[in-house]
Amino acid sequence: MTNFVARLGAATLEILRVLGHHAALFAALLRACGAAVKRPYLIVAQVHAIGNLSVLIIVASGMAVGFVLALQLYYTLVRYGATDSLGLIVNLSLTRELGPVIAALLFAGRAGTSLTAEIGLMKAGEQLAALDMMALDPVERILAPRFLGGIIAMPVLAILFSTVGILAAYVLAVLLIGVDAGNFWSIMHSGVDAWRDVGNGIVKSVVFGLICTFVALYQGYEAEPTPKGVSDATTRGVVVASLATLIMDFVLTAIMFSTPGG
Amino acid sequence: MGRKGVETLVGVFVLLGMLGLLFLALKAANLSNFGGGDTYTLTAYFDNIGGLKVRAPVRSAGVTVGRVASISLDAKRYQGAVRIEIDRAVQFPSDSSARILTSGLLGDQYIGIEPGGQEKNYAPGDEIKQTQSAVVLENLISQFLFSKAADAGTPSAPAASGTKK
Repeated sequence: MTNFVARLGAATLEILRVLGHHAALFAALLRACGAAVKRPYLIVAQVHAIGNLSVLIIVASGMAVGFVLALQLYYTLVRYGATDSLGLIVNLSLTRELGPVIAALLFAGRAGTSLTAEIGLMKAGEQLAALDMMALDPVERILAPRFLGGIIAMPVLAILFSTVGILAAYVLAVLLIGVDAGNFWSIMHSGVDAWRDVGNGIVKSVVFGLICTFVALYQGYEAEPTPKGVSDATTRGVVVASLATLIMDFVLTAIMFSTPGG
Repeated sequence: MGRKGVETLVGVFVLLGMLGLLFLALKAANLSNFGGGDTYTLTAYFDNIGGLKVRAPVRSAGVTVGRVASISLDAKRYQGAVRIEIDRAVQFPSDSSARILTSGLLGDQYIGIEPGGQEKNYAPGDEIKQTQSAVVLENLISQFLFSKAADAGTPSAPAASGTKK
């Protein structure tokens, strides 16, 4: 019995310790952002590594999702003679939900893992400790540029995802199947609000970029400095970032779209 | 790759994002019509605004000419004050009336403007005097039920109404 109580206490303390470490690193990152902005090239290089190199997978997935959405919607909508609203449904689901969420999941897999592994190996190779020895703050020099780079790159990737998805749906529905092009665009045009739908989607993608990048950096920074430790941290990073993205998406959707017409 | 090359690639990346955003905002959403365009404001008071929402369209002859800017309750008149923004290119005579209508059977509600015959046009900030409230389904049903009940209560009523014709 006392054994059980002791284990419960240990588990609680462990949760508190992990939460505390997250908060401490997050606060340190925010403090370091000011200094990181003074070296813009470090951030630009990270946007290149995180953003540019993810464009291919984002565009390819966006296209696939657009095609599949359009095809499935067409099969269902054609029964009710409502194929004209296909563009609207594709647009709303992409800009509001699928664009930010799928882009964030891909981002966690493509960019987040490389961040975790890089930082983890830096730690295992004692490069972070070496920086510390030279009185250079590793949070400021290594983590903050990656953090900012991720926050910048993620919305751009989400926008690309949605855009490519809508264009793919246009190609499939209008050019290949023969849905009327005028209705495809005009119903989409009148049903989608630039601020409410597109704007909130971008807010979402910024939040997801922050979450995914932060989780990846935290896992790398706190990784056990062994090959096994780094590999565990990489796996954990993807799992935690994906789950956090999905939960946060639900919360954000509940907040953003709870007031009709607002 | 040199520093310049990386910077150029990132520039292309961000530019692509901006182009995508432009596409989403202009081609695939309704920012281009009445989003900060040249408009003027009119106010209309309704006894009941029904399910009218902010940013609902304002139509005349079925053509969208503006949007609802804000909805609030006028504390003195106990009426819903609806501010609408109308495209400056479209002017209405100063006795035009506003109605709250529904597009389709279950569609969204919008404001329909019926132009009047006056020479003078509405000036920005004017109030639309003649308004007609939204049709509330419960009121319709209760009216219908009450008239049914009245018919049932006085059996002679149908006959009486029949003699009037």
